[in-house]
Amino acid sequence: MANPKSAYSVSTKKEKTDTHIIVVWVDNEAGVLARVVGLFSGRGYNIESLAVAEVDAKRNISRITIVTTGTPQVIDQIKLQLKKLVPVHKVADFKRNDKSVIFKEMALFKVVGNSSKIKKAINACKKYNAVILDKTKKSNVIQITALRREIDKMAKNLKKFGLVSISRTGAVAMTRGDKIFN
Amino acid sequence: MSKLYSGAEIVFKCLEDQEVEYIFGYPGGAVLPIYDELKNHSSIKHILVRHEQGAGHAAEGYARSSGKPGVVLVTSGPGATNVVTALTDAYMDSVPLVCISGQVPTHLIGTDAFQECDTTGITRPCTKHNWLVKDIKDLSKTLHEAFKVATTGRPGPVLVDIPKDIQFAKFNYSKQKIEKKLNGKVSNNFNQKEIDQLIDLMNQSRRPIIYSGGGVINSGPEASEALRELVEITGFPITSTLQGLGAYPGDDNQFLGMLGMHGTYEANNAMHDCDLLINIGARFDDRITGKIDEFSPKSKKVHIDIDPSSINKIIKVDLAIVGDVKEILKGTNKTLKKKNIDLKKSNKPKISKWWEQIQKWRSKNSLHFKNSDETIKPQHAVQRLYELTKDKDTFITTEVGQHQMWAAQHYKFNKPNRWMTSGGLGTMGYGLPAAVGVQIAHPKKLVIDIAGEASVLMTMQEMSTAVQYSLPIKIFILNNQYMGMVRQWQELLHEKNYSESYSEALPDFIKLAEAYGCKGILAEKPDELDRKINEMVEFDGPVIFDCRVDPNENCFPMIPSGKPHNQMILGPSEKEDNKITGKGKTLV
Repeated sequence: MANPKSAYSVSTKKEKTDTHIIVVWVDNEAGVLARVVGLFSGRGYNIESLAVAEVDAKRNISRITIVTTGTPQVIDQIKLQLKKLVPVHKVADFKRNDKSVIFKEMALFKVVGNSSKIKKAINACKKYNAVILDKTKKSNVIQITALRREIDKMAKNLKKFGLVSISRTGAVAMTRGDKIFN
Repeated sequence: MSKLYSGAEIVFKCLEDQEVEYIFGYPGGAVLPIYDELKNHSSIKHILVRHEQGAGHAAEGYARSSGKPGVVLVTSGPGATNVVTALTDAYMDSVPLVCISGQVPTHLIGTDAFQECDTTGITRPCTKHNWLVKDIKDLSKTLHEAFKVATTGRPGPVLVDIPKDIQFAKFNYSKQKIEKKLNGKVSNNFNQKEIDQLIDLMNQSRRPIIYSGGGVINSGPEASEALRELVEITGFPITSTLQGLGAYPGDDNQFLGMLGMHGTYEANNAMHDCDLLINIGARFDDRITGKIDEFSPKSKKVHIDIDPSSINKIIKVDLAIVGDVKEILKGTNKTLKKKNIDLKKSNKPKISKWWEQIQKWRSKNSLHFKNSDETIKPQHAVQRLYELTKDKDTFITTEVGQHQMWAAQHYKFNKPNRWMTSGGLGTMGYGLPAAVGVQIAHPKKLVIDIAGEASVLMTMQEMSTAVQYSLPIKIFILNNQYMGMVRQWQELLHEKNYSESYSEALPDFIKLAEAYGCKGILAEKPDELDRKINEMVEFDGPVIFDCRVDPNENCFPMIPSGKPHNQMILGPSEKEDNKITGKGKTLV
């Protein structure tokens, strides 16, 4: 019941927090990302990762995918506050452990080393849809798509095979089956 | 091809279509084309303030006392940054404002040009929405949308930033498109089932209380009427937040007075012990709830609000009805009358014990203070002011601090839109410019700013505005030479270390009044108070009233920070055994 946002909640209870993926459809206009991100920072909500791109050029709609953690009350507030923003059309919310939704992140790994090391690196990446994007004698750029924790793990594991640089995206999400939300 | 208009002309055509009569503003380089166009539009009167913050607060006073949106016009850079306090104030208290700001020409944006600032960036967190108009084609559409966003749903401020080249550019003017849905931003789709649930809860309740807020005022005079009818039909006790005062008559027997930090003993105890709490248009602000964990522990809670994000934000409720207070209350009254006509009668025995309990709390007389023949007590001054002005349909504004709470406690409001105070943001310096705006909206009415001497000095320059437009506002200063509320907290929390809360070298307010070209009145003794107040009320022109009050008076009753509703300090003798300790000390 106590909410950490009030000056008067000298809260004694600690509520459980969950990770949620919030998907927001917005008008693709100047400042819209600042409005969404500013709402999070201004009200003290977390952003773990963020992915934004236009998905409908004709209607000028962008889709923002935000990974966040919070108590059920905070997650509700996030959704309700987002819905109040004028350029926001729709807000969807999924728990990270929701089985009916696919979550994916993409990462690029640059591995530098001798061919045997690189080969081992590629092998390690195989189960995550590895694609070789660039190849020289001494280096490889490998793209994988996976879950956040899988990418975290790979980033750690590849160190011994000469991983020198990582670039990764925020999570994107889509429901399984024929169900859609737009 | 339709006629081409300049951007500046389009601005005025929009304002005319929106039936704007007054704009509060201050000219500058980046809005000169708009100011140049002013002379061609006689239906719109410009009120020249002395500082842009004053323009914002004056527009707030205008909006809150008239129910119409307030319009502000400022220049780029410092003009825009000066209005930020007023925009934030309006955002916190849900006041509809449309602020038009000039901007450097589009080709200079981002170059750190003279008087350039990122106005839309700065005002993004303190407006409902804002726009930078980069194309003359968008101008009329944007301005109409701005009015719509400001006035629909939960009202609030918006800002339209117009670069100077757009003000010169030419395009045709388009009238407002009828009812374009704003992404479903306006929620008014409550249903009969929810109203039936509410009535079931009312029927079951033995210890009910209605807690109404500013939403009732914002919903219009009809909402206040519906609220009065509901209270009449049900026979329930009602309390009000600071912003809601006036929605229900302050002198009625069913009214328990204001609740919250400086609310009455009966209102706060009733909130704590009730079994049904009906929140109508309020937001469970921390000044109201006290300690959250112990807030109204035994009650079912109902929340009626137009803003879905207010529901379950602070307090989890059992029944939420999202929509316009006016519609919901009317629907409730209608259903109540249809279902059981004699609710008041049938309710009476059910809740009579509850009323007995409330009378017991009431008999504590928590607003009591020790009066004096020697010095003017500030509470006494407000009481006398009330007695001598209550028959005049008076409009009251306030600054922020002790005087504000005394005004809320001792001045009784019988009509909505008569009470303008900065509650959410707590802006010192709000009351004087707000009084200017109120007087503009109601030229024939008596408008009084109940002020503190520290607050009023923050926007004192607006007296010059009042004199320029012959606005007979009365600035009633409860002068205790301290920032009283700061001093009170230092007394309670910081062992009477009155760090920087005493104002040395205050101006002579009488001479100050004369310097501005208005009348100054000084009252130092209780026996001259009535005569001087009458002199102030009867004077046809602006007055600064310097009421010298007891500098050491504290504002009671009080819920100490970190304490629940049923642990109030009633007066100076009690505070020793109810000391604020531990975590409570860190709260604001």
